[in-house]
Amino acid sequence: MSDLVLSSIRKSFGTVDVIHGVDLTVTDGEFVVFVGPSGCGKSTLLRIIAGLEACTSGDILLDGRRVNDVAAADRGLAMVFQSYALYPHMSVRQNLSFGLENARMSKAEITQRVGEAARMLRIEELLERKPRQLSGGQRQRVAIGRAIVRRPGIFLLDEPLSNLDAELRVAMRGELASLHKRLAATMIYVTHDQVEAMTMADRIVVLRGGRVEQIGPPLELYNRPANRFVAGFLGAPRMNFLAARPAGRDLILADGTRVPVAVDLAPVAGQDVTLGIRPQHLRPADGGGIPATATLVEQLGSETVVHARSDALGALIVAVPGQVRLADGETVHLAFDPADAHVFGPDDRALPHVETAGA
Amino acid sequence: MTGIAESGGVLRFLTRRRNEGRIHWTDVATWMWLISGLILMFGPVIWLGLSSLKTRAALTEFPPTLLPLATKEVRVEGFANPLPLFVVKLEDGTERELAQVRRVGIRARMVDPADPTKTFDVPIEARTAVREVSPAWENYTEPLQRFAFVRFFGNSLFVTIVATIITLIVNSMAAFALAKYQFRGRGAIMAFIVSTLMIPLSVILIPLFMVINGLGLFNSLWGVILPTVATPTGVFLLRQYMLTIPDEMLEAARMDKASEWQIYWRIILPLTAPALAVLAIFSVMWRWNDFLWPLIVLSRQELFTLQIGLSSFAGELNVQWHYVLAMTFVTMLPVVFVFGLLQRFITTGIAGTGMK
Amino acid sequence: MHLLLAPVRWLMHLIGVPLGWVQRTFGMGGMAAVFLAPNLLVFSVFIVFPIGVNVWYSFTGGAALFPAGRVFVGTEQYDLLLACDSYLDPFSCRQDRFWKGVHNTAFFVVAQVAAMVAAALITALVLNREIRGRGFWRAVFFFPVLLSPVVVGLMWKWILLRDGALNALLVSLGYQRIEFLTDPQWAMFWVIFVSVWAHLGFYALILLAGLQAIPHDVYEAAKMDGTPAMRVFWRITLPLLWPTMLVVLVLASIRAVQVFDDAYVLTGGGPGTATFFIVQYIYETGFAGAARNLGLAAAASMLMALVLVVLTLAQLGITAWRDRQEGKR
Repeated sequence: MSDLVLSSIRKSFGTVDVIHGVDLTVTDGEFVVFVGPSGCGKSTLLRIIAGLEACTSGDILLDGRRVNDVAAADRGLAMVFQSYALYPHMSVRQNLSFGLENARMSKAEITQRVGEAARMLRIEELLERKPRQLSGGQRQRVAIGRAIVRRPGIFLLDEPLSNLDAELRVAMRGELASLHKRLAATMIYVTHDQVEAMTMADRIVVLRGGRVEQIGPPLELYNRPANRFVAGFLGAPRMNFLAARPAGRDLILADGTRVPVAVDLAPVAGQDVTLGIRPQHLRPADGGGIPATATLVEQLGSETVVHARSDALGALIVAVPGQVRLADGETVHLAFDPADAHVFGPDDRALPHVETAGA
Repeated sequence: MTGIAESGGVLRFLTRRRNEGRIHWTDVATWMWLISGLILMFGPVIWLGLSSLKTRAALTEFPPTLLPLATKEVRVEGFANPLPLFVVKLEDGTERELAQVRRVGIRARMVDPADPTKTFDVPIEARTAVREVSPAWENYTEPLQRFAFVRFFGNSLFVTIVATIITLIVNSMAAFALAKYQFRGRGAIMAFIVSTLMIPLSVILIPLFMVINGLGLFNSLWGVILPTVATPTGVFLLRQYMLTIPDEMLEAARMDKASEWQIYWRIILPLTAPALAVLAIFSVMWRWNDFLWPLIVLSRQELFTLQIGLSSFAGELNVQWHYVLAMTFVTMLPVVFVFGLLQRFITTGIAGTGMK
Repeated sequence: MHLLLAPVRWLMHLIGVPLGWVQRTFGMGGMAAVFLAPNLLVFSVFIVFPIGVNVWYSFTGGAALFPAGRVFVGTEQYDLLLACDSYLDPFSCRQDRFWKGVHNTAFFVVAQVAAMVAAALITALVLNREIRGRGFWRAVFFFPVLLSPVVVGLMWKWILLRDGALNALLVSLGYQRIEFLTDPQWAMFWVIFVSVWAHLGFYALILLAGLQAIPHDVYEAAKMDGTPAMRVFWRITLPLLWPTMLVVLVLASIRAVQVFDDAYVLTGGGPGTATFFIVQYIYETGFAGAARNLGLAAAASMLMALVLVVLTLAQLGITAWRDRQEGKR
C-alpha cells in the first residue's frame, strides 16, 4: 500500500491547458474520489497518476519517490478501466494471470493469487469463461480482479460503474466499499456521479476545468461547500440559488422578502450576493417566508418534491419529507433555518458561517 | 385499385418484402434470372468436369455427348483382347448385340459374344456402338505422372502459403503502428501507402523486373512472392479494424507490464483475427490465381506455378485437351473447396471491405 | 492447436527479446519504426523505386536492362507512341499495335463496365428479395470471382471452340455453327461476356450491401405516401444507391483498363488484333519476342498509369463524398 503526492501537476495538449496545477496528497489506505462534470480533467489526472499520460510539469511522488519518468507498468499501480478493457480472446483466468506472467511470476504464485482474487470476488466458477459470456456485473468483477491480483500500491478506478444498470451500480458500490476495507488498499476513484462520491469516499476531490475546487470528507463538502460550484454539484435535487443583497445581518431577496442567515455578511456589505439553500432545507410555512406558486408536485412517497415559481426569484425546488397535499397553482410560503443558508459572495466563494448555537 | 395492387408487387420487388401469397410477374422474373444464372454460372464448370473425364477420342466427337461415354467392351472366348460391343441390325430386320472382331473397309466382321462360333459380316452403317459411362481417369493420372504438374502444384502451394504468411505479418505490423501510435509523419505515411493503390503491378512490370533481376530473384519463387507482400489494401483494411480495438485495452496491457511486441502479438493479433482471416483469404486467392507476374519472373519449367504450367501446357503439345481440361479442373478444385467451406465468411467479408 | 502454436510462441518470444531492448532504448517512437519498417522496406524496393525507374526507362532507349546502361533519348519513346496521322485510325500510327490496343481497351472498358453494372444491379436487386436459399444464390453468382483467369479462359475456350458445346447446341437447334473465337466481333463479344461472367458476383455483392444499407423505413414512408413502385425505384432506391453505384463504376473501370489475363488465355489477343489490349502490348513489347523494347513498354505503361491515376482519384473523391453524405444522413 502506498501514499501519493501530487504537486503542481499541469497538463496541456498542445496549447490547451487541461490541468492547471493540482496539489494533492493521498495517504495510505485512503479512498479518494475525483468528481466533477465531464471535461473537468479528472480522468486525465488519473491517467497521469497511472503513467498513461505524461504531465507537462509538476511532480508525482509515490512513497516519496518521484515517478514522473517511470513507465506505467513499473509504478506498481493497477487500473480498472471504464470499459473494463478485458482481453476478449482470453478466458477470465488468462485475463487475471496475463499481467503476472508478464512480470515473470512463478506458476504456483500466479495460481494462488488468481484463486484468492476469484474467491474474494466470487467469480471462481467463471474462470474458464470468455468475457463475452459474462454479464455486465461479472465483467466488472473480473476487471477489479485483474487489478487485485497485481497487489498494487494504489488502485486506480476510472468510472468503473458507469456501464452498469442502476440496480447493479448500487450493489457494486457496496461491494467496492467493503473490498476497500478488506484490502485496506489505497484507492483513487473517478466518477461524475456525486452519489458514488458521497457514499464511498473518505475524501472527495471536486474538480472543475482542470482545477481543484475543494477537497474534503463528503459531509464536510455537503455541509460547508467552499463555493457555489461545489454547493451546486453535490446534493440532489440541486441547491436553489437566489439573488440577494445584504441588509445588516439579513438578506433582502429580489422579491423584497427579508430572510435571516447565520452568515457573517460584513465583508460583502452593499454587494450583490447569492443565497444558496438546499431543497431539503426549505419547508412550507403558514405565513411569512418566500411566496411562490407550485407548478409541479412530484409525489415520491417518502418525499414530496415541489417545483415552484416566483416571478421575481425564478424557479425553486422544495423537497419535503413525507407526503404533502398540494395542488398545482397553489401558493406556498417557503421558510428555512438561518443556519442552513449558504451565502456566496460576488466571486462565488462561500462566506463563513457564524456559530449560532447560542443565538 | 388494381394499379395499387400492381404497384404493391413491384414495390415488394424493389423493397424486398415477402410476397404474401400472390404470384407477381416480378417473382417470375426473379426466378428466371436465378435459374438462368444457375445454368450460366455452374454450366461451364460442370461441362468442364464432365469433359475432363472423356477420352481423347470422345473429345473430338461432334456433337459431343453429355456424359463421358466409351464403347462397351466384352471379352470373348478365343480372342486375346476385349472386343467393342455393337448393336447390329441384321438383314432379316432383327437387332442383336455383337462384338466386332475387325473392320475391313465398309464391312465389319462381328461375333456373338454368347456364342463365339457364330460370326457375321455386316456393313458398318448397320451397327451402332453400345456405350456406357466410363470416366477416363487417366486424364488425371497421366499428366500428373508424365508432366511436372505435381511440381507446379507444389510451387503454387509454396508461393501461396509463404506469401500469405508474410503478407499477414508485414501488413498487420504496419497497420498496428498506423492505428495505435501517435508519431510525426503518420498521416503522410498513411497517405503515401494509400496512394500507391493507384499504381497496379501492371504499370511497373518493367522496372520491377529489373529490381528482381538486380536482387538475383529472377527464376526464383521468392521473386514471385516478395514484390506484393506489402499490399496497401491489406494495411488499410487491418488498420481500419484495429482502430475499433479500444485504446483502453492496450493501456490495460501496458499496466499489465506487457511490452509493445507482446501487445502486438498477444492482444492485437488475436483481436484482429476476423480481418486477418479476410486478408488471408484474399491473399490465398490472389496468389493461387496470379498469372502475369509469375509468367514474367519464372522461365524455368520446374519453377512454374500451376497457372503458368497450365497455360503453357494449353499452348504447347498441339493442345491436348483431354489433359488440359483435367488439369484445369485440378487447378480450380482447391479454390472451390475453400470457397465451399468459407462461403458465407468470404461473401460478407467482400461486401464489408469492398476489396478484391 | 496448442502444440501447433508452441513454436510460434517461442519464435515470437525470441523476436521480443531484441525488441524489448529497442523499446527501452528508443521508446514508443522506436517501436513504431520497428513495426513500420518491413512494410516500408518492401514498399520502397518493389513499388516506389520501380515507379521512379519506370519514369527513367520511358525516357531512355537501347536494350540494356539496368538503368545505368541506358541512353537518354528524351521524349522519343512517347513521340513514337503518339505518332499518328489520326488517332481514330490505329493503322495510321507508327505503333499501330499500341493504338489498336488503346482502341480495343477503350471499347472494352465502355462495353464491359456498362454490361457489368447492369447485370450486377439486377443480380443485387434479385438477391435483395426475400428468396428462399439466399446464401446459396449469392454463392452461385459469386464463386467465379475466385477462379483464376487461366481457368476461366480455358473453361470458356473449351465451350466456344468450333466443335464446342455451344456450337453443338446451335446445331442441335438447327442453326449453323458460328466461329465464336475466330470471328473478330464475336471474339470481342465473348471476351467481354466472359469477363462479366467472372467478375459479376463481386460487384453484385457490393451493390447488395449498398441496397441493404438503405433504411427500410424510407420504403415504408413511400408506401404510406402511396408512391407508385417504379417511382420508388427511380426516386428512392437508385438515388440512395447512387454512391455505391459510382464506386462500382470506378472500381470496374480501373480493372477493365488493365484487362489482360482472361482475354489472353481465351483468345491470345486474336483473331489478328481483335482482342489485343494495352497490357498485352506492354507485356509483349517489354518481355516477349526478340524485339524487346523496354523504353517503349515503359512509356506505354506511363500513359496507362495516367488513366488509372485519374480513375483512382475519382474513386477516392467519390468515397470521401459518400462518407460526407453518410455523415449528413
